[in-house]
Amino acid sequence: MLRDSDRIFTNLYGLHDWRLAGARARGDWNGTKELLAKGRDWIIDEMKNSGLRGRGGAGFPTGVKWSFMPKTEGPRPHYLVVNADEGEPGTCKDREMMRFDPHKLVEGCLIAGFAIGAHTGYIYIRGEFIREAQHLEFAIEEARAAGLIGKNACGSGWDFDVHVHRGAGAYICGEESALIESLEGKKGQPRLKPPFPAGVGLYGCPTTVNNVESIAVAPTILRRGASWFSGLGKPNNTGTKVFCISGHVNKPCNVEEEMGIPLKELIEKHAGGVRGGWDNLLAIIPGGSSVPMLNKAQCEDVTMDFDALRAMRSGLGTAAVIVMDRSTDLVRGIARLSKFYWHESCGQCTPCREGTGWMARMMQRMVTGDAELSEIDLLEEVTRQVEGHTICALGDAAAWPIQGLIRTFRPELERRIKERQDKTQAA
Amino acid sequence: MPKLTIDGREIEVEAGTTIIQAADQLGIEIPRFCYHERLAIAGNCRMCLVEVEKMPKPVASCAMPVGEGMVVKTNTPVIKKARQNVMEFLLVNHPLDCPICDQGGECDLQDQAMAYGSDRSRCQEGKRAVPDKDYGPLVQTWMTRCIQCTRCVRFISEIAGTPVLGGLGRGEHMEITRYVNSAISSELSGNLIDLCPVGALTNKPASYTYRSWELKKTESIDAMDALGASIRIDTRGNEVIRVLPRINEDVNEEWLSDRSRFAIDGLKRQRLDRPYVRRDGKLQPASWAEAFAAIAAKVKSAGSKIAAIAGDQADAEAMVALKDLVESLGSTSLDCRQDGAALDPKVRASYLFNSTAAGIEQADALLLIGTNPRKEAPVLNARIRKRWQKGGFKVARIGHKSDLTYKYEHLGDQASILKDIADGKHPFFEVLKAAAKPALIIGQGALSREDGAVLLGLARKLADATGMVVEGWNGFNVLQTAAARVGGLDLGFVPGAGGKDTAGIVAGAAKGEIEVVFLLGADEIDMSGLGKAFVVYQGSHGDAGAHRADVVLPGAAYTEKSATFVNLEGRAQQTRLAAFPPGEAKEDWRVVRALSEALGKPLPYDSLKSVRERLVKANPVFAAIGEVKAAAWGSFGTEGAVTDKALVSHIDNFYMTDPISRASKTMAECTAAFGGGCGCNHKKTGTHG
Repeated sequence: MLRDSDRIFTNLYGLHDWRLAGARARGDWNGTKELLAKGRDWIIDEMKNSGLRGRGGAGFPTGVKWSFMPKTEGPRPHYLVVNADEGEPGTCKDREMMRFDPHKLVEGCLIAGFAIGAHTGYIYIRGEFIREAQHLEFAIEEARAAGLIGKNACGSGWDFDVHVHRGAGAYICGEESALIESLEGKKGQPRLKPPFPAGVGLYGCPTTVNNVESIAVAPTILRRGASWFSGLGKPNNTGTKVFCISGHVNKPCNVEEEMGIPLKELIEKHAGGVRGGWDNLLAIIPGGSSVPMLNKAQCEDVTMDFDALRAMRSGLGTAAVIVMDRSTDLVRGIARLSKFYWHESCGQCTPCREGTGWMARMMQRMVTGDAELSEIDLLEEVTRQVEGHTICALGDAAAWPIQGLIRTFRPELERRIKERQDKTQAA
Repeated sequence: MPKLTIDGREIEVEAGTTIIQAADQLGIEIPRFCYHERLAIAGNCRMCLVEVEKMPKPVASCAMPVGEGMVVKTNTPVIKKARQNVMEFLLVNHPLDCPICDQGGECDLQDQAMAYGSDRSRCQEGKRAVPDKDYGPLVQTWMTRCIQCTRCVRFISEIAGTPVLGGLGRGEHMEITRYVNSAISSELSGNLIDLCPVGALTNKPASYTYRSWELKKTESIDAMDALGASIRIDTRGNEVIRVLPRINEDVNEEWLSDRSRFAIDGLKRQRLDRPYVRRDGKLQPASWAEAFAAIAAKVKSAGSKIAAIAGDQADAEAMVALKDLVESLGSTSLDCRQDGAALDPKVRASYLFNSTAAGIEQADALLLIGTNPRKEAPVLNARIRKRWQKGGFKVARIGHKSDLTYKYEHLGDQASILKDIADGKHPFFEVLKAAAKPALIIGQGALSREDGAVLLGLARKLADATGMVVEGWNGFNVLQTAAARVGGLDLGFVPGAGGKDTAGIVAGAAKGEIEVVFLLGADEIDMSGLGKAFVVYQGSHGDAGAHRADVVLPGAAYTEKSATFVNLEGRAQQTRLAAFPPGEAKEDWRVVRALSEALGKPLPYDSLKSVRERLVKANPVFAAIGEVKAAAWGSFGTEGAVTDKALVSHIDNFYMTDPISRASKTMAECTAAFGGGCGCNHKKTGTHG
C-alpha cells in the first residue's frame, strides 16, 4: 500500500485549501525556477527515466512524447494542449485534480511547456465541469498575478501562458486530434494520422497533447527525482496512479495508489469491499467503459497495471474500476455502453458511424433475448469489423466491451435467447 | 524519391505521394469513395484500406504517404475482407433503391458492391432515413442515399470557394446539409452531381428522364462561354439529355459551369426550325427557296450596301463563309464584335488570354480590370482561386466590388486608377513590377466602353512597364466571354478597307447607307436602331434578332454541328454533332453556301473539309486543333483620355447571356432563385407569378 509520504495528490479529497497559499504549503511551485534552470534535455530525460506512461488511457510514455517535438522553434510556434475533456464513463480523476489541486496542473503546464518549447498552453476542459473550470481559471489568475506564469515565468526567463477552453459536450473531443479540431473552432472530428500532432497539430503547428494527470504529476516527479517515481510500482508500469472505483462497492472513491496493486486489494482496502462481500462479485470493468470486462475468476489475482491487464485481454485505460455484483444485468449494462458509443460516434468514418448503431441495436435485442443464437457470432464479427478499421480509437472502444461480454458471459446471452424462444413457442 | 513495392511491383514516386496515387500510377485499382484527386484527403470511407508490411492495422491508402522501402499489398484476403466489411456497413443504411435511382448504372457504390458486396444483408435492423434538402433548381437531393463521403463539402469549400455545405450532427445522425437552409448559390454547383459517388445529389432538371446506359455519348466542346470547356453531350434519340465535363487539364480540369451544364433545355425551346419571310408585317413560314429568293431580290437592289454581324456563338466555318460571301458582294462591312469591344484584330496577343488558363496558376500578382471572372468564366475563376489558395499571390481589382471567392484588394471602380497604375503612380504598380510573373485580366466590361481602346492601350502600357511580357511568360490576358469572338478575329471577320464596324453598321442602317444586314446569330445589338434596313437573321433561336428580321434562316446550335471554335486562349477546338438540328434547320456554313448559290456568287467550297481548308488559309491556327501557340506581342490600343465612369462587368445575369440560356426554363428558375447571380437582388415585379 502506498505510503502517505509517496502521495503526489495530497489534496485529492479537498480537505485543504486548493488556492495558491494552500498549494504552496503542500510544496507546489517550490523551486520551479531551479527545475527549469536544469534545462529542457534534463527535464525530458528525467521524465523518460521516471517511466511515466500517459494517464489518458493509451499509456504512451510521456517523456518520449515530449521528445518528439522539434528541438528548436521554427517559424511555427509550439503548443501544449492539456486534455481535460474527461468523459470516459466511470472516470472522475481529472475532475478532482482540477477542483482540489489546480496548481499542480498549472505548474505542470509550465514545466511541460518549457520542455517542449511552447509559450502557450491550452487546457481543453469538459464543458460540464463548471466548478472545475472556475477553480482552474482562478488558479491560473493567481499564478499569473504571482509571476509564476506569464512573462518571465517564475523568473526563469521563459514566457508561458495558459488558457482554459471549455468544450461543448462531445465525448469524441477527448480524442487528441478531435480535441485540436474543436479547439480550432471546428467540428470535433479526429484527424488522420500521420501527420501526428508533434509535427502538425494545433493550427498546423507542433503540438503536444497530454492528459491532466500526466501533466500534473510532472513537477513532483522532477522535484523528487525519476528514481523515486520509477521505484514505485512495477517495471514498465511505474509510479502512482489515481484509481476511480465506482459501482457495487461499499465506499466508492478516488484513490492514489501504486501501479500494479492487486485489484482485489485495491477494492478491499480503499472501497470498503464489494457490496455483499467478494463472493458476491460478478464482473469488473477495470479501466473505464471502453475496456473489456473481467469475470470474478480473472479478478482474483490480477494486478492493476498496463501490462498485466493487457495480458488478460483487457486494459488499464483510465484506471476507472467499475464493479458489478451479482444483482447486475450485465447484458443491459453493456447495451447501455453500446448506446453511449452509438450516440458519441462522430460520424466521420464508415465502420464506426454505421457499426455503432448496428451493434447498439443488436445489443438492445440481446437484453431481452429477442435474437437468434447465430446472432451472437454475428455481433462478435461486427465488432471485429469495426475494431482497427477506423480513423480513431472510438471504434475500438465501442467494440471491446461487447467482445468482453461475449468472451466472458456467452452462456448468459445464450440463456436469454433460448428462454425467449421457449416462451414464444409455448405461446 | 522513395521506392516502394505494391503487389510485388516496384515503383519510384515523388516524396509526399500517397499509396493510392502510387497505385494509380501503376494501374493497380484501389476502390474508393471519399478520395478524389482534386480534393483534400478525408480518409473517412475506409474503402481504400491496404496492408502495409510492419504496420499492425490496415491503413487507408489515400491518406498514407509512401515511405522508402514500403511493401504494400492491396489484394490479400485480409484486405478483401476489410473492403467487404466496409461495403456491408455502407449498405446498412443505404436504401438500395437502385431501380429508381438516377445514379443507377454509373454509381460507384453499385459498382463496388458488385466486387465487394453480398447478395443479402446480415443486418436486420431498420434503416435510417434522412430528410431531403432544397439545394435550388439544379441539384436534387436524396439524402437517405448519402454515404457521408464529404466530397461535396470539400468541393464547395475548396474548389468553388463558397463554403455553404457541412456535416451537422454526429454518428449515424450526421447529415450533409447547408448551414442555412437555402439553395447553393455557386456557379459551379453542378459539379457536385458528378462528384457524388452515389445518388444523393442528382441532376434536378433531368430527374427521372433517363437511364445512363440509354444515352449516346458524344465528346464535344462547350460554346456557352469563351473558355471552351471539354464536354460530353449525352443524347437519347435526338434529344440532349445532359452535358458533363470531360477531363482537360489545360482548360477546365474536370469542372463545368452551371450555365454550360444546365442551359441545354434551351436547345428545345424557341427554336427556329424552318425559314420565315416577313409578309404584311408578319413573319410567315416559307420554304428555303422562297427565303433565298426574298434575300436575292433585296441584295440585287442593295448592291454593295450590305453588312454582316456575327454573334457570340457563331462558329468559324459559318463566319468564314459569310465573310467570303459578303466580300464577294463588294462590301467590307463585317464585324464579330457585336458589343463594340475595342479588340485589335491585327495583334493576336491583344485579344487572347495569353497566360493560358493553366498558366494563370503560375502568376504571382494579378490585376483585374473591369471584369468579374466568377460570372464571366466560373471555371477559370476556380483556377485563379486555386492559385490564390497556394499563397503568395496578390490580387487587386478595378471595378465593381463583389465576392470572387478569393481575397483581393479593391482599388476602386474608376478607370482613372488604371491610368495611375500604368503611369507608375499607384502602389500596385510596384507590386506588379516586383512580381516574377505578373498578370492582368481585362474584361469586356472595360473594352466595350467608348474609351475601350484607350483602356486597352493603358493595359498594354502597364504590361510593358511591369515586365508582364517576357520570354516564356505573357501575363496580358483578355477575358473573352463569347465563344465565337477569338475565332472571328482570327479569321478576320472585321471591317476591311472602308468597311464599317458594328456601331457603324447600325448607324448606317438607320441612315439608309446599309440596306441589307446579315445577322449570324447576333442578338445583342440594338435592333431598334437598324432603321429600315432589310435584316436577314440566321441562327438557332427566336431571340431579339429573329424578331426584327425580314427573313429568318434556321441554323444549328453548337450541339448540332461539327464546328470550330477558338477559345479565349486561342485554342482552336472542334465540336461534334450530338443531335441533329430541328426541322429544316441546317449547319450554318451550309446555309451560307446555299445562299451564295441563290445570290449568284457560289462559294468555292462545298464540303466541311474544304471549308476547313479555307479556314486554315485564313489563319493557320485553325490547323492546330487543341493547341495553343504563344502569340507575338505588338503595339495596340490608343492613347487618350479615360472617361469618368465606373468600370463594371458586362454580365449582369450569369444565367442568361445568350439565346440558348435565355430560352432555358432552368436558367429562368436560377435567375429567380439566385437573383441573376450577380450579387445584387433583382426584385420581383408586382405581376411576377
